Amino acid sequence: MHELALLQELCALASHAAAEQGASHIHRLELRVGALAGVDPQALRQAFAVVATTPPWQEAELRLEVVPTRCFCSHCVQPFQPSDVIHACPRCGALSRQVLEGRELELVALEVS
Amino acid sequence: MCGQCGCVQPPTVQRLELHQGLLSRNNNQAEHNRAHFRAHGLRTLNLLSAPGSGKTTLLEQLARRWPRPPIGVIVGDLATDNDARRLQASGARAVQIRTGDLCHLDAALVDQAFAQLDCRGMDLLVIENVGNLVCPAAFDLGEERRLAVLSVTEGEDKPLKYPALFKSADAVVINKSDLADAVAFDRHTAIANLRAIAPQAELFELSARSGSGLDALIQWLDGPSS
Repeated sequence: MHELALLQELCALASHAAAEQGASHIHRLELRVGALAGVDPQALRQAFAVVATTPPWQEAELRLEVVPTRCFCSHCVQPFQPSDVIHACPRCGALSRQVLEGRELELVALEVS
Repeated sequence: MCGQCGCVQPPTVQRLELHQGLLSRNNNQAEHNRAHFRAHGLRTLNLLSAPGSGKTTLLEQLARRWPRPPIGVIVGDLATDNDARRLQASGARAVQIRTGDLCHLDAALVDQAFAQLDCRGMDLLVIENVGNLVCPAAFDLGEERRLAVLSVTEGEDKPLKYPALFKSADAVVINKSDLADAVAFDRHTAIANLRAIAPQAELFELSARSGSGLDALIQWLDGPSS
């Protein structure tokens, strides 16, 4: 529901970084979105499509990488990728309390000119 | 133009590695809030749930029963100051945030509201978030701990449907336990779901309306935070 607000934040970060380099065009934004970040990638794309009709965004491509959830099992001392919202270790069945990856919400890189 | 001969060159595309969090501004403000709350000797709680699960009723009871009153409450709603007035009537010092269309509180809103709160002689601050099981989970407000509320009228599978919020909670209250029979609440399934989704969370079953079961929660709130 707050994807539009996040997108405003994304655009602010990107235009600030582009301006610092003296760039006037933004060609690509690369974003990492964790599966547990509470963000719907499709909603984010739709929000970007609304913004991307005006300069300097209209030529920009939004590339989203969805980061799957990775947990750590303290019994097996091994990381694992849960298959479900319940983070049970596939080897021993113990519930993990430690999320290693999946909460990311990060502007990784920009391509500008 | 290239600047030497005036020819038109295609622009050179440059890659900028940024690795900046989209929530970094909020997270920085939240760290500032956390330090600010600590400096005032406050323990702080972010209270999260769906609308109508009984957050305000729970806080009315807490305001009356907290061993060192008054408690402070920052309460967020889309509109009205009904909740702040209810909480003030039960003895809390309460500041209302009207978020307009915003579906969650953020750290900057909490900072502004905190400036209006007289926190002298107070050791507990509760931030009652906007009733919403999705967006508030993503926003750190600077709290020490998070408490999620699930009421028996919402059904046993809410934690499975909205895992992110329950996974972020330090404790979960199952509220309206006085209505459990009337709505055929399956207590064992609800607790199994909560344990599976949020194995880290303490569980409390209570009725905020009658006050039964509230003492255990107060003890947890009054105890060490980790």
